[in-house]
Amino acid sequence: MEGIYHDTDLEDSQVFEDKPVVPLGETPSVKDFSALPVNQALEAEEKIRLYSQMLRIRRFEERSLRAYQQGHIGGFLHLYIGQEAVAVGSVSVMSGDDHIITAYRDHGHAIAVGMDMDECMAELFGKRTGCSKGKGGSMHFFAPDKNFWGGHGIVAGQTPLGLGIAYALKHRKTKGACLCFMGDGATNQGAFYESLNLASLWKLPVIYIIENNGYSMGTAEARHSAGEPLARRGDAFDVNWSVHHGHDLYEVRAAIKDALDLARENSSPSVLEIVTYRYRGHSVADPDQTYRSKEEIEEYKKNKDPINLFRNKIVSEGVLTEETALQLDQSAKDEAEASAEFALASPFPEISELMDDVYWETDNPDESLSSGQMFFESSR
Amino acid sequence: MAEITYREALNQALSEEISRDPNVVLMGEEVGQFKGSYKVSEGLLEKFGPEKIVDTPISEAAFSGLAVGAAMMGMRPVVEFMFWSFCYVAFDQIFNNAASVRFMSGGLIHVPIVFRGPANGGTNVGATHSHTPENFAANTPGLKVICPSTPADAKGMMKAAIRDNDPVCVMENTILYNLKGEVPDDDDFVIPLGKARLACEGSDLSIIAHGRSVQVALQVAETLHDKHNISVEVLDLRSIRPLDLEAILQTVRKTNRVLLVEENKPFCGVDAQIAYLIQEHAFDHLDAPVKRVSAIDVPQAYSKVLENFQIPNHDRVLAKAMELL
Repeated sequence: MEGIYHDTDLEDSQVFEDKPVVPLGETPSVKDFSALPVNQALEAEEKIRLYSQMLRIRRFEERSLRAYQQGHIGGFLHLYIGQEAVAVGSVSVMSGDDHIITAYRDHGHAIAVGMDMDECMAELFGKRTGCSKGKGGSMHFFAPDKNFWGGHGIVAGQTPLGLGIAYALKHRKTKGACLCFMGDGATNQGAFYESLNLASLWKLPVIYIIENNGYSMGTAEARHSAGEPLARRGDAFDVNWSVHHGHDLYEVRAAIKDALDLARENSSPSVLEIVTYRYRGHSVADPDQTYRSKEEIEEYKKNKDPINLFRNKIVSEGVLTEETALQLDQSAKDEAEASAEFALASPFPEISELMDDVYWETDNPDESLSSGQMFFESSR
Repeated sequence: MAEITYREALNQALSEEISRDPNVVLMGEEVGQFKGSYKVSEGLLEKFGPEKIVDTPISEAAFSGLAVGAAMMGMRPVVEFMFWSFCYVAFDQIFNNAASVRFMSGGLIHVPIVFRGPANGGTNVGATHSHTPENFAANTPGLKVICPSTPADAKGMMKAAIRDNDPVCVMENTILYNLKGEVPDDDDFVIPLGKARLACEGSDLSIIAHGRSVQVALQVAETLHDKHNISVEVLDLRSIRPLDLEAILQTVRKTNRVLLVEENKPFCGVDAQIAYLIQEHAFDHLDAPVKRVSAIDVPQAYSKVLENFQIPNHDRVLAKAMELL
């Protein structure tokens, strides 16, 4: 397929060579990414940990769905089931200097960076013990101590923020890059193009990762976007771009590692499109009956489930036994169940706490520089 | 103390704060090489270089959001909007991201950023360039908003805004840029946000205003004094959020008659809230209903004749004041 991979900067492009592109629905890649140095370097223990991380995300999401159905979770719940290898693979090649930000389908990234299931589930339940004290909800998880900057609810609204994180790193001459995740739907927002322009113009170490799950809410890619692949839009701004399979954790690792190297060494931005799939609706409120067939979902689950594929791979490598796989799964289920119990038992925030966390200044009255009234209707 | 313009006062504030704190950068359209569309940043590029004085493309959503992301990381960006009207294409970045990230993260993150630029009518630039969104900003918990009306306030409050750990929207005024006044040259001349200023003392009527309307109020006070022997007190709010409610109530209790003047459009304008607060807290001190002069309630007109009538002017404010006496 002509132009399946394209890079506008030939000097920078070496690391991207031989990356295949297979649009959603076509035959999975036959290339074996396990032979690449980034994956060869993985110890058996680390492979098992990556497998376990994906399982933990899936079991967390499944448990949260049940909690939603039981009425413990309100609002929206955008599940990451099916896309696990993208977050886990990406985070696994980040260093402590790198940063990450994403959109509203953020539970997978949160768990991948090391956020605790308890604080995540409690946030979904709107509890005081949640990562945002029950004030953010499903779409707004944050863990700045883990370089995780959210969790953002507006489609593409996080794309300039990711740029700003990269800008701050470069301005301060500190190491690192920013991985900015987004969905395929976000590629049609102006803020993304404006960000790509600045990323290239100012050579900022930001990597835009389009997790293309094929649907912008209920609108299939063919109905929402002119010109494929979506990552090719980077071309207009001389930004390196490439397309990868999101069901292969090894491939995700290789792609992100290459882009991170470019960002760290040359301060070059990239756009990576990672083709993936979500098994559930856009959110739990989406009955998922109008825009795709059950067969399509079943087909993907059968052939490209990222967790199954990785399990088979590391079983065949002799790293994982079926018995250990079962144990890990049980442990992930238990952990998710315990997080739901923790969330259920946790207290709701006090009404008086509503006024906290709005302004730094009102939260730190001893260091306040100004005076005057800040709130005009108060809960206390 | 030196007599300088409002523009120079802002320039001094920016210069001093960039020197003081390595985290402060100024970014926006034409702030560097062009020396600022209104020359507020004149000389700063030469002094601090392109790493601190950052020329951006015409791309408000991207550079506003970039600055918010950098502020989340601990930088203190000052974002210039050529006109505050242009913030409308960056609305999400200011009104969602800058304003809400602290709350949505349960206080884990704060956003020490300044958005600044002129927000005024009166220069015949039509509806798209004449917005006064201080009410939008004040209606958004998480944002602070100030409207300095004198050179001294422009300097002292801009410095306070840059040192503030929360997002501050500084609404300037192109017509005030040439206004001259005494300004302290002290590097630590900082005016705390949330403190109103008594622009002139009086006993018969209080005019409460912000931004350039303060200057109009002072002219009207002079007319009323000279021609009608009426003593008018003018209170300059300076800061909209935080708001100096005490100072408002104090002048109401003193004169018992209040006229509110602002360039905002009337519906849900800043003074709608001020009027509410006055009736709530000082109802028994009022000898007359609170009156208001705002912009005439249509999109901003281009024609000089129309626009000069549309924004609060001396004659309209005087006529309304007379109704109260």
